[in-house]
Amino acid sequence: MSPVFYLVAALTLGGALTAVVLKNTVHCALALTAAFAGLALLFLGLDAQFAGFAQILVYIGAVAILVVFAILLTRGSETPQGSVYSRYSISGLVAAAAVFAVLGWAVLQSAHMLPNEQAVPMADVHDIGVALMGRYVLPLEILAVLLTAATIGAVIVALHEKEDAK
Amino acid sequence: MTPLTAHLLVAALLFAIGLAGALTRRNAILVLIGIELMLNAANLNFIAFWRYSPHPEALTGMMFAIFSIAVAAAEAAVGLGLVIAIHRQLHTTDLDHMNRMKG
Amino acid sequence: MFDTLARNFDQIFILLRDWLVSFLPAGMRPVAGIVLSVATIVALFPGLFALTTIFERKGLGRIQNRIGPNRVGPFGLLQPVADGIKSLTKEDIVPVSANAAIHFLAPLVLVVAVFMGFAVLPMGRNMVLVDMDCALLFYFAMGASTELAVFMAGWSSRNKYSLLGAMRAVAQMISYEVVLLLSSVAVVMITGSLSLTKIVAAQDQYTGIFPHWYIFTPWGLAGFVMYAIAATAETNRSPFDLPEGESELVAGYHTEYSGFKFALFFLGEYLAMFSISGLGSTLFLGGWSAPFSFLQWVPSWIWFFSKLMLSIFVFIWMRGTLPRLRQDQLMNFAWKFVLPFTIFNLMVTALWRFMGEGWLRWVVCSALLAAAYGIMARVSMRREHFEPRSYRYAE
Repeated sequence: MSPVFYLVAALTLGGALTAVVLKNTVHCALALTAAFAGLALLFLGLDAQFAGFAQILVYIGAVAILVVFAILLTRGSETPQGSVYSRYSISGLVAAAAVFAVLGWAVLQSAHMLPNEQAVPMADVHDIGVALMGRYVLPLEILAVLLTAATIGAVIVALHEKEDAK
Repeated sequence: MTPLTAHLLVAALLFAIGLAGALTRRNAILVLIGIELMLNAANLNFIAFWRYSPHPEALTGMMFAIFSIAVAAAEAAVGLGLVIAIHRQLHTTDLDHMNRMKG
Repeated sequence: MFDTLARNFDQIFILLRDWLVSFLPAGMRPVAGIVLSVATIVALFPGLFALTTIFERKGLGRIQNRIGPNRVGPFGLLQPVADGIKSLTKEDIVPVSANAAIHFLAPLVLVVAVFMGFAVLPMGRNMVLVDMDCALLFYFAMGASTELAVFMAGWSSRNKYSLLGAMRAVAQMISYEVVLLLSSVAVVMITGSLSLTKIVAAQDQYTGIFPHWYIFTPWGLAGFVMYAIAATAETNRSPFDLPEGESELVAGYHTEYSGFKFALFFLGEYLAMFSISGLGSTLFLGGWSAPFSFLQWVPSWIWFFSKLMLSIFVFIWMRGTLPRLRQDQLMNFAWKFVLPFTIFNLMVTALWRFMGEGWLRWVVCSALLAAAYGIMARVSMRREHFEPRSYRYAE
């Protein structure tokens, strides 16, 4: 495994860990952005260029900014009094550790059975386009409907209701 | 350790960190951040398997990851809209205080 | 013989790089070639930035009926040197309550993200740094990263005005980002590829003496105008520069920056202008191809940089001429006119593609776009009719 992989994995995991640990919510959002960037680099290292650039464009360019806007609109940028961890945080940590233990054990146990094809799969943008309009056209259209519904829904949910004069 | 195993372990650790974040933090937005991390970990899993598998059907893993990115963006938008709406009502994003339906 | 001379002059930078790299052992040659190209880009575009600052100040001055800076050097041409020395030697003030780490990182993230965009621009025949299959997607991914840097700058300053400027800038940038992407999608649809070299190669053909640039097609003209509007808004240039307007918000999101960091923001803004103009000329104006077929002996990089400087001139001209738009006016404009028109342009592009060659598609597409403009711009964006103002003077 090349040192680049270790660096990028460290960036991703470090960013993710920082994002869930820090007190200041905006710092968490920026650490999350670093985790997204690390993930995009991992995708690029796995020869999935379209997915990598789509990750940067969608997650860093849109989701991270959404999170930041939501933090600022809900006054999350002030440092909270009291603990930032909920009352049940210990059980949450135990659950997460258990999940990691099971997943890690499963991966390591089956390591000899996993495929290890060295040839890079053919996935240029033309093929992705043909696939999206051919084999995957139904999921694409459903995704379009989903995104429209999500946009309208998010706008309606967050809309300022005008106070009726009673 | 093959590259595939390394990537799968990174994805598993990322998933666990996201889960820990979603379960332990008080602020609703941080729960959503944890959820985004979990979705990203699953994406990494897909792409890692897509890269290192034999390829009769060359694009399935990549397609799944792309659709997952799009769906996660939509879900983040709706989730954050909900958090903003709740904040407007209760003036807090602290999950421990959102217990109106309790008891 | 003249032909080979023209071709060699065209490829002169490639030949120079290959000659310089040939002094090294064969193993190091690819890396050394790339390092040399990157160093050229990193040296060239900030140099062009220095030239553009004096160009802008003199140009704005002349538009406003005054001479620009003319003290330093002949005709004020050494002004950028003076500016550079000033910004490098100014004290670096960081507010006490500012978030030091993020305050430091914001200009760096901005400049790095903007520099990455230059990696995919084809600056001449065979003169792309990285010839990627999804080059356009890479460019927009890097453009999306700049928005976060703007937010980081505004928020970390712990200043109401910085935060306000940053929020406005981010809202404006995400709105016009959609328009930028959609207007480029029309070009991608016709070319059939996201690769910028293929897009330029598709435009590098001539019927008679006229080039096949996309701007000379009805959908290309509409797309280019929408792209230009979105590009002006993306780089926060006038008339969309409310987030950094000097008379409005002190200096917006870079209020609390002084000295070198401010120079980095300034550099980032101008470099973003260059790279977005470069992309616009690649997508719509034919990149490095010559405007007439008999002018093909002029080197391709001269054409690319001429188009770049022409776009910069138009940016400066717009800054000096048009009044600033208010934030709600610019958001209204984006969502209610530019975006619907761009989506309609996309449909007209599809119609163009499937109508087949001939004069009919020119007529139909032009008529559709003119009708759409008439309806969307003139009819639905009309304001209330105000009476002519009446003045009452003090006695």
